[in-house]
Amino acid sequence: MLQIQDLSVSVDGREILKNINLHIKKGERHVIFGPNASGKTTLAMTLIGIPTYKVTSGRIVFEDKDLTKLSIVERARLGIFLAFQNPPQIRGVKVGSLIQLLTKEKAESILQRVYLDENILTRELGVGFSGGEKKRLEIAQTFAIKPKLLILDEIDSGVDIESLRLIGSQINKFLKQNKVTLLAITHYGYILDYLDATKAHVMIKGRIACSGNPKKIWKQIAKRGYKWCEECLKR
Amino acid sequence: MLEEIKKKAKKAKDKPASFGPDINLKKFSLATKPMEKISKLSELSKERQKDASNIGIDVKEKQRSGSFFQLNHSVIYERTKQEGLEVMSVTEALKKYSWLKDYWWKAVAVDSDKYTAQAELKQTKGYFIRVLPGVKVRLPVQACLFMSQEGLAQNVHNIIIAEEGAELQIITGCAVASHLAKGLHIGVSEFFVKKNATIVFSMIHAWGPEVDVRPRTGAIVGENGTFVNNYICFKPVKSLQMYPTAYCIGKNSKARYHTLLYGTKLSYLDVGSRAVLKTKESRAEITARVVATDGSQIISRGHLVGEHKDVKAHLECRGLLLSEKAKIHAIPELEGKVEGCDLSHEAAVGKIREEELWYLMSRGFTEQEATSMIVRGFLDPEIIGLPPILKMQIKKVVESIIKGF
Repeated sequence: MLQIQDLSVSVDGREILKNINLHIKKGERHVIFGPNASGKTTLAMTLIGIPTYKVTSGRIVFEDKDLTKLSIVERARLGIFLAFQNPPQIRGVKVGSLIQLLTKEKAESILQRVYLDENILTRELGVGFSGGEKKRLEIAQTFAIKPKLLILDEIDSGVDIESLRLIGSQINKFLKQNKVTLLAITHYGYILDYLDATKAHVMIKGRIACSGNPKKIWKQIAKRGYKWCEECLKR
Repeated sequence: MLEEIKKKAKKAKDKPASFGPDINLKKFSLATKPMEKISKLSELSKERQKDASNIGIDVKEKQRSGSFFQLNHSVIYERTKQEGLEVMSVTEALKKYSWLKDYWWKAVAVDSDKYTAQAELKQTKGYFIRVLPGVKVRLPVQACLFMSQEGLAQNVHNIIIAEEGAELQIITGCAVASHLAKGLHIGVSEFFVKKNATIVFSMIHAWGPEVDVRPRTGAIVGENGTFVNNYICFKPVKSLQMYPTAYCIGKNSKARYHTLLYGTKLSYLDVGSRAVLKTKESRAEITARVVATDGSQIISRGHLVGEHKDVKAHLECRGLLLSEKAKIHAIPELEGKVEGCDLSHEAAVGKIREEELWYLMSRGFTEQEATSMIVRGFLDPEIIGLPPILKMQIKKVVESIIKGF
């Protein structure tokens, strides 16, 4: 479904991603682990087409279409969706009116699935939101849009363990029911307890250092830390 | 006393205003023929009815407790539907009530500038609205000041009084006929909010790209009184400058201002809101949301003056720039004259941030749709707390603006 071929990406002239190769088949659920500033969010932003992330080499193919030349909107309409790590505040745009534009489903029933109170509907997007509310609203939009490819950027940061369990299991159910392909980005492996990941990759300094069985990889990271992963880049 | 006023006015007849481009008053005519009275608003021509309904006037008068219509210099319609409410030409009211001269130029200084001077020396009527003590007027009173004659100057003087314990809502719509190339509107409005009284005043303007407008507004708010001033202008105007001032003189008196501006074409809008808090527990709140597009220039002012230690006021101005050539200048001023007064402000002016557009675009909206969503929300009357009667009106206008994107 998604093929990232030899992808290099620069931001403000500085190269962040270096020759990334990644293949995700339809229905697979991939996880990318990596420390802070390893390029994980850059990959997510590049996939959805944010213009400040410049592709300097390689290409991204989604369902046989070269995404590299497509706009953000065109990519979104092909079924690619990113749940942002830090969604912006948008004054004036109310949660309720956004959700109404995204789906015919009742906003209330979507909010219930992410354990958000209905009173959020009249609030402005992101304005005065807690960290948890931000993440939940990203997931609510995922459920409203039902994308083909879901990219989760640090959905587990700033969310307490109990909420993560509740939301994680809702996401898992959603992925299976709608046969959604997943690329989840995270520092931590806790998310593996709720999402049945099929494959994991470790990103270090803008490169994929290794790929393999998610639980095995996380076990190694938890034991030895990301510093140890840097060694793999030298091989 | 009235001679004294005239003397002051004469002295100020060439005095430029503190703000806004200077206007040569001699370029506008004061000669106009009297217009015939009508017996109901639906007798207005279809075109005029449409113009009026665009600025909040309910031609059928179903949802109104009184109406006033001035066309050029003629008061063609005045009506009250409720006991205890008076709506009439201010010129008639001055003849009827000798005490009214005690209110004349008490909330606005006659010698403020050449525009107030002209309103005194060459007054062309205006309205008088008064609610008797304890009377609560449930439905709004509507007043329309309309100009249809090319090159005319309309110099109105309005007096609005809510006696003790009275409640009043007014919608004033001011507009010009669409064919009008040149015109000048000077509107003096003096509000007197007595003890325990409330006035909610909403003004909607729809001028033309060659019309100059100089409203001069003052309000005196007594003990436990509330004055709310809502101002909406979404249509182009050559130049509009005003700085309405509320004087909170009674204990626990309140002033609130809500302003929504949408600057288009080459409009020059210099719009401020001022509250002078003179006594303890007086409060003020000023909110302005302004959008500038095309080559328009908006100066959004706010001025809070704290003259007592136990007063509190906040001022907020948000500006959104939609074009490279447009300009917004926010000038918030806080003037604390005694220790302990609590005055604050926040102001933010800028373009729509790219991150906001990209975020919405990543949800499948085009750039145009994303911009519309943000502008629609920015001008949402519910966010700044306008009265329900205006919400539908404003939403309609905002939708028509967005369609034009």
